[in-house]
Amino acid sequence: MSNPDISVRNLWKVFGPGGEKIPKDASLSALSAAELLARTGCNAAVRDMNFDVGKGEVFVVMGLSGSGKSTLIRCLTRLIEPTSGRVLVDGKDVLEAGTGELRELRRRKMSMVFQHFGLLPHRTVLDNVSYGLQIRGAGKAQRYAKSREIIELVGLKGYEQHFPDQLSGGMQQRVGLGRALAGDPDTILFDEPFSALDPLIRRDMQAEVIRLHKEMGKTMVFVTHDLSEALKLGDRILIMRNGEMVQCGTGDDLVGSPADQYIADFVSEVPRADVLTLKWITGPVAFGTPADAPVLAAGTVIRDAIPAVMNSSCPVLVEDAGRITGQIDRDSILSVILGTEAAA
Amino acid sequence: MSTLIRERVPVRNTPPAAVRPQRRRLGRRTILLGGAAVAWLLGFIFLHGTATLNLPASELTDLHRTLNQVNAWVADNRADNPVFQYLLTPLRSAVDVVANLFTGIFAASTTGLRLPEIGWLGTVALLGWIAWAAGNIRVALLTVAVFIFFGLQGLFVDAAYSFALVLTAVLFTLLTGIPLGILAGISARVSKVITPVLDFMQILPTFVYLAPLALIFLIGPASAVIATVIYAAPPVIRLTAHGIRGIPADTREASDSLGTTGVQRLITLQLPLARRTIVMGINQTTMAALSMVTIAALIAAPGLGQVVVRALQSLDVGTAVNAGLSIVLLAIALDRVTTAASRRAEPGAARNRRISRRTRYILLGAGFVVVLAAIQLSRTMLWAAVFPKDLNIGPGIVDGVTAASQWLQTNLFFLTVSLREGVTNGVLNPFQSLLTDTPFYLLALVIIAVACALGRWQLGLVAAACLAVIICLGLWSDAMVTLAGTLVATSVVMILGVIFGVAMGRSNRVDQIMRPLLDAGQTMPAFVYLVPFLGLFGATRFTAIVAGIIYAAPVAIKITADGIAAISPTVMEAAVSAGSTPWQIITKVQLPMARKSLALAANQGLIYVLAMVVVGALVGAGGLGYDVVAGFVQSSLFGKGLAAGLAIVFLGILLDRMTQAAAVRPARKTAPGKPVRH
Repeated sequence: MSNPDISVRNLWKVFGPGGEKIPKDASLSALSAAELLARTGCNAAVRDMNFDVGKGEVFVVMGLSGSGKSTLIRCLTRLIEPTSGRVLVDGKDVLEAGTGELRELRRRKMSMVFQHFGLLPHRTVLDNVSYGLQIRGAGKAQRYAKSREIIELVGLKGYEQHFPDQLSGGMQQRVGLGRALAGDPDTILFDEPFSALDPLIRRDMQAEVIRLHKEMGKTMVFVTHDLSEALKLGDRILIMRNGEMVQCGTGDDLVGSPADQYIADFVSEVPRADVLTLKWITGPVAFGTPADAPVLAAGTVIRDAIPAVMNSSCPVLVEDAGRITGQIDRDSILSVILGTEAAA
Repeated sequence: MSTLIRERVPVRNTPPAAVRPQRRRLGRRTILLGGAAVAWLLGFIFLHGTATLNLPASELTDLHRTLNQVNAWVADNRADNPVFQYLLTPLRSAVDVVANLFTGIFAASTTGLRLPEIGWLGTVALLGWIAWAAGNIRVALLTVAVFIFFGLQGLFVDAAYSFALVLTAVLFTLLTGIPLGILAGISARVSKVITPVLDFMQILPTFVYLAPLALIFLIGPASAVIATVIYAAPPVIRLTAHGIRGIPADTREASDSLGTTGVQRLITLQLPLARRTIVMGINQTTMAALSMVTIAALIAAPGLGQVVVRALQSLDVGTAVNAGLSIVLLAIALDRVTTAASRRAEPGAARNRRISRRTRYILLGAGFVVVLAAIQLSRTMLWAAVFPKDLNIGPGIVDGVTAASQWLQTNLFFLTVSLREGVTNGVLNPFQSLLTDTPFYLLALVIIAVACALGRWQLGLVAAACLAVIICLGLWSDAMVTLAGTLVATSVVMILGVIFGVAMGRSNRVDQIMRPLLDAGQTMPAFVYLVPFLGLFGATRFTAIVAGIIYAAPVAIKITADGIAAISPTVMEAAVSAGSTPWQIITKVQLPMARKSLALAANQGLIYVLAMVVVGALVGAGGLGYDVVAGFVQSSLFGKGLAAGLAIVFLGILLDRMTQAAAVRPARKTAPGKPVRH
């Protein structure tokens, strides 16, 4: 990535006494989680993590509970102090930052949205949203004006004077989102923000995040344990297991070429036709395909290609960056759908 | 840096400890307890009456005489010892200034006509207005009614003295307690240092530090206030720290993620969220202060306590009830006002109000004008300064109660005396002689063995040390008399605790009926309990024990009830669906699962009963309590009283540690593997 917003290098977080020695000690750092716990009593929640997040990207960290994803996201702003490694934000290492610098980073560069909202029960919606601005010393008129704008943006207009316990879960999380947006940070960190919401509200909130991302173009790091959420939101997805990165790539990559059996099991229930793009089923152009056959881009999702293929009397050509890379036909599409059915 | 970051402690899966057959550990406990019982019985039978270390009431040991000299030494050095000159005497003067200010305002000025600055009308109006501003209109009316009733009882000045001293003590307590509590809430290190000190302050029976304080600060309001501050500070410190520490981790993390500084976090997050808990602490502190200000009558603190003490000394039940009634009313008013204030402090309470904030301020402002008018009246008109004497129903109450008490004592003679004599001769005397007539070395060994059985050998060491101190103080026999009374009272308290606690834990309706009664019982100052039982049973040991039981029972009942109510409904459902009878549920599910609460109830019951030991001595209990009271009255017994106070402390530590050990390691048949070494 040419100009990443956040770069994480060799990041470790080891809980337990003497944890700081483990990343440096090659014989210990190679151990599996269970062996490490038995040998040292330490628990490596994040192990040797390396990744970059591009500007304006939605980067999803996914894993089951206990995989270390929440620890990882907290290490980015040192809400949990990492054991070793580097976290570069705008080229500066967060781990080297002093108290004041770290505070500035939290106030202006990176805001966070929490699973259980973390709202202040004694403050109104307006005061909750303007909390971050108040903390960094903004005047009353200024912070209220900005907060009202944000409240409208997250769809809470009219609820300014309500208290958090008068709102539903989804609305409370909108307040949490508003609070994170109010400071106009470059990056927003989401820690399983919608896990505590029921499915319908969750879908609304996901749409909300997609909309906000389109409107504001902020970099987002999004932690979730829900694969469909990850596929829906993520430009790229990092899958964690036992503190380690298992695979990092687009949703398309994960489903099309899982790195190992673990990922394969994970994605086995995903309707492949909804996720995979044409590049995964493109075959060589057959002899009889006419040159004026319909053309689809290689990035098209298979399901979206179905009408074109159905309406065409001949195979459909696939082009990637202006070059015809091959063709697809009804058989290749049906085989994907069948494969999914078979796996399920 | 460390304040900004929250270290996450991982939930460590401790591998299941190798489950060993528990025969050895259980065996050790059984052998210790059984052996101790046999040795004790044999010793009692064969060595009866030897080495009892009995010390008659008027006799002193060398140690007591030495302590008497401390008294003289302090008197001689008060003027020129630097500790007194630069620390204690200025402290005393500072407290005196504030106490005199408040007593001067509400009760009586120290000069001239001895009229208070704002008279009764001004006092009633001002306090009513404060109650309205801090709480609501209902508690304001209650306050006004209660203070007018004091006037009708003919006790307005005494009540005003008590109130002024409570106010002074609460002021000092909050000035020191809230900052300390905040520190303890923020810093784990401060909390670690402060907690054992608070524990100690709370098991220290109130009377024990009255004599030394009176020695250092002289008798009078200043020492009363200082003693009250010592007694009343722990609740507010603890609750403040608890409120600050109890802020949900996710809220705190969210605030940290926005880059708050420590001070910002305190002001925007911790203090607002802890406000309600802090005000609850103020409530408890106020109640404790009233209780202590009453007791401090023994070191010449003015107020209602004086009236009660004088009445108790002359066994004048009528006067004691009249003054006791006003103490209860003052307690109720203080409790209701501070509770209403804590409701008002609840986050978001503002939005449920019927009148807007502005209307309220306008009304309060108008009310304050009325208050000023009332104060002005009470400064110019005699009828508004001194409560009119012809409106006095006090003597009527006194005579009525005296007559009723006489009637009860004459007509219920059969009932009360037979109950009293039955318990005294049937339980109390045999048990007491079992403790006092056994040779001291044998009984000490038995107690140490029990301590070893309840805890590990360290507890045995603690027990041995406490017993050694009691023996050295030369008060072994008196201590055993007190121990006997305390154990009998605690047993009754536990029986009551289990019966009512189970009833309350099982039925919501019983809980709703009992809880206000228990709350009322807990808010009443210790003295008040003595009065009705004095009327019923006369001045005897039995009365003292009953007073102790009544004082301690509410705590034990509440803890038991909470323990039983806290059992998970799923477990109860499972037990019911398995077809258990209610009795089986109580004995096989509820009591075993609430055993930690039961042990805690026993612990608190003991501490409360012990706290009443000295008060009980005012109505005829013997033992250490009598020594302490005698030490107050006779200067030649000062040293012995001081020693007895210390003995109560060590008895308290001994009982507290032993019951706590029982709470931590309750007897159970399948204890988890080897005890973890710390």
